[in-house]
Amino acid sequence: MKAKNKIFAVLSSAALFAGILAGCSSNDSASGDKEEDSGQVTLTILVDNQSNLDGMKAVTDAIEEKYDIKTEYELRPGGGEGDNLVKTRLATGDMTDLMAYNSGSLFQALNPEQNFLDISDEPFVETIMDDAKEALSSNGKVYGIPAASFMAGGWFYNKKIYEELGLSVPKTWDELMSNNEKIKEAGKTAVIGSYKDSWTAQVVVLADNYNVLQQHPTFAEDFTANKAKIADTPGALRSFEKLAELFDAGYLNEDFLATGYEAGLQKLAEGEGAHYPMLSFALPMLQMNYAEELDNIGFFPQPGDSADENGLTVWVPGGVFINKNTEHPEEAKKWMEFFVSQEGNDLYNAKITPQGPPAIKGVELSDDVYGAVKDMLPFFESGKTAPALEFLSPVKGPNLPQIAVEVGSGISKAKAGAELYDKDVEKQAKQLGLEGW
Amino acid sequence: MTKLTNRSYTYYFLLPAGIIYFVFFLLPTIMSFFFSMTWWTLTDWKFIGLENFITFLTEPSLNIGFKNTLIYAIVTCSLKVILGLLLGVFLSQKLKTIGFVRSMVFFPTLLSTIAVGMAFAMMMHPTQGLINTALKIVGITGPDWLGDTTIALLSVALVDVWKGVGMATVIFIAGIMSIPEDYYEALAIDGGNSFHKFWNIIVPLSRPAMNSVIILAFIGGLRSFDLVWAMTKGGPGFSTDLIASIIYKQYQGGFYGLSTAGNVILFIVVSALAFPLYAFLNKKEVDL
Repeated sequence: MKAKNKIFAVLSSAALFAGILAGCSSNDSASGDKEEDSGQVTLTILVDNQSNLDGMKAVTDAIEEKYDIKTEYELRPGGGEGDNLVKTRLATGDMTDLMAYNSGSLFQALNPEQNFLDISDEPFVETIMDDAKEALSSNGKVYGIPAASFMAGGWFYNKKIYEELGLSVPKTWDELMSNNEKIKEAGKTAVIGSYKDSWTAQVVVLADNYNVLQQHPTFAEDFTANKAKIADTPGALRSFEKLAELFDAGYLNEDFLATGYEAGLQKLAEGEGAHYPMLSFALPMLQMNYAEELDNIGFFPQPGDSADENGLTVWVPGGVFINKNTEHPEEAKKWMEFFVSQEGNDLYNAKITPQGPPAIKGVELSDDVYGAVKDMLPFFESGKTAPALEFLSPVKGPNLPQIAVEVGSGISKAKAGAELYDKDVEKQAKQLGLEGW
Repeated sequence: MTKLTNRSYTYYFLLPAGIIYFVFFLLPTIMSFFFSMTWWTLTDWKFIGLENFITFLTEPSLNIGFKNTLIYAIVTCSLKVILGLLLGVFLSQKLKTIGFVRSMVFFPTLLSTIAVGMAFAMMMHPTQGLINTALKIVGITGPDWLGDTTIALLSVALVDVWKGVGMATVIFIAGIMSIPEDYYEALAIDGGNSFHKFWNIIVPLSRPAMNSVIILAFIGGLRSFDLVWAMTKGGPGFSTDLIASIIYKQYQGGFYGLSTAGNVILFIVVSALAFPLYAFLNKKEVDL
């Protein structure tokens, strides 16, 4: 008996140990193994390991063929860990020639003047859309090119449910809420909440920025300069109130605190819920898992209080930047020029279907783009877009996801949540040593 | 009296160990005390005095961690002691399958905390989880274990107890086994029953074991991080945030000075609670 138990114990611990080992797979860098020809220049680029690189690789293969400039990829983790790695490599002078990184506040926190090559005078910079250019700049100087197309934050909706109940796309918040009421009466989930992944709770707040800027055009500057607080700015506070209203009216699914992002997409695609406030980067995942339902999914911007001010909050794509100390600045610029050309975009989009309109002026999209992306195009064509706050201001508190969950699940009121977030923002601004805080 | 010159070896032999201790232990400790009083971006710093500490102690999203950590440590520690003692008494009996039962109790301790956390988070899903589905069969509507802010912290604490009680039990078994047979014989002669055996012999004489369990479980509870992070990431909102998870989030946010200040505070809290507790428990220990 004893011996048997011992064998059992040894076997089970061996099984466990094997499981632990299997968990530690390493992510090697995807650098090529070809020998370097004489005369050929190799540019290194640091990218995060979360993104699909097929599109970028298609472009860099063409660059290698055309200009004999080889691109060697180095991978880094995403999220906060990746930020730390980038900062450390910049600080120790160990950065690659090119670097793919977020645009907007995260980029501006990297001390661009000191670390990156100013490309403001390059002719191809002119072709970058203004919203994107601004987020790739610091103190009026442009440092990067957009690495992908725009994304938008707003409301996905299930067209089948809309058809069934005879609803029309809402242009104001009140219309949206009355749609919600009808959907709820029909026994379906009006708004899908997936607050188990707390970042999804902030979408309603972040995607409201177009409406905030309509009411307070200088809010981003004032907010950055510590002259405006969210809790004291009615338009900005409204974003938090909208989030709270969804919970107060009982429009969320019952298990919204135990539902995660992927389950949220499933509810939307399978018609269990009618609306899902989300960023358009969800589209590839919807296509992968629910390709046959994709045509039933539409998109509209988060409406404001007036139908005349209906516009879209957009997410500027990440950028590619040139290391100031690179040995090959000319080749790097050539690399960029091709990347933003129509040819570069076509190669890219053939591999990765765009999740929003292109960030380069004059670039045409093919007809097979997502229906939801087509829903966004009119807003770009009529100029009714505004970047999300994080692209206009380096100030962003790290606790917004948690605070949004609190407000969105009735733990705290909108005003209290906004005040707490103002404090969180103050902490961030102080820790980063921003001016005026 | 030995004179210094009579030493067999010179003090230089201490140097290798001393350098390692200094570079990898003392120096980082001193540095962290310093950087806790700065704004620090890893490359650049600015001295700001105690401001980080004030921020940490006054901001509600930060100082909720003190309350939660204390509740968490007390709940997990007391449950581990009580359940561990009862299981220890049970498992020091002469049962036929004792080896198997002991392995069963110890088994959860061997599992990876992250895996345990993810598995329980799935089982605690309010509508599709195993626990509430089972409760539904017997006609009970289970609570939203991790979504309800009033019980989320307790749910996580219970999982911690499930995972950690095996270790406590093993320590108790060792303590109970080391009680000499004479005491039981004396009790039998005096005509004591099983309750007397438990209360008058096992509890007082397994005191050293109990003290180890209390200290280990309490300190473990105070610095707990991985289970909470795997199950709730401190949510919903901040309702299950512990000091350690808050420190981690400050580090993620790039607030290196502030997160270092949090570590210093955690160090002070653990010492301020653990040392007096240890002294108190030691005073009460009796010799076998």
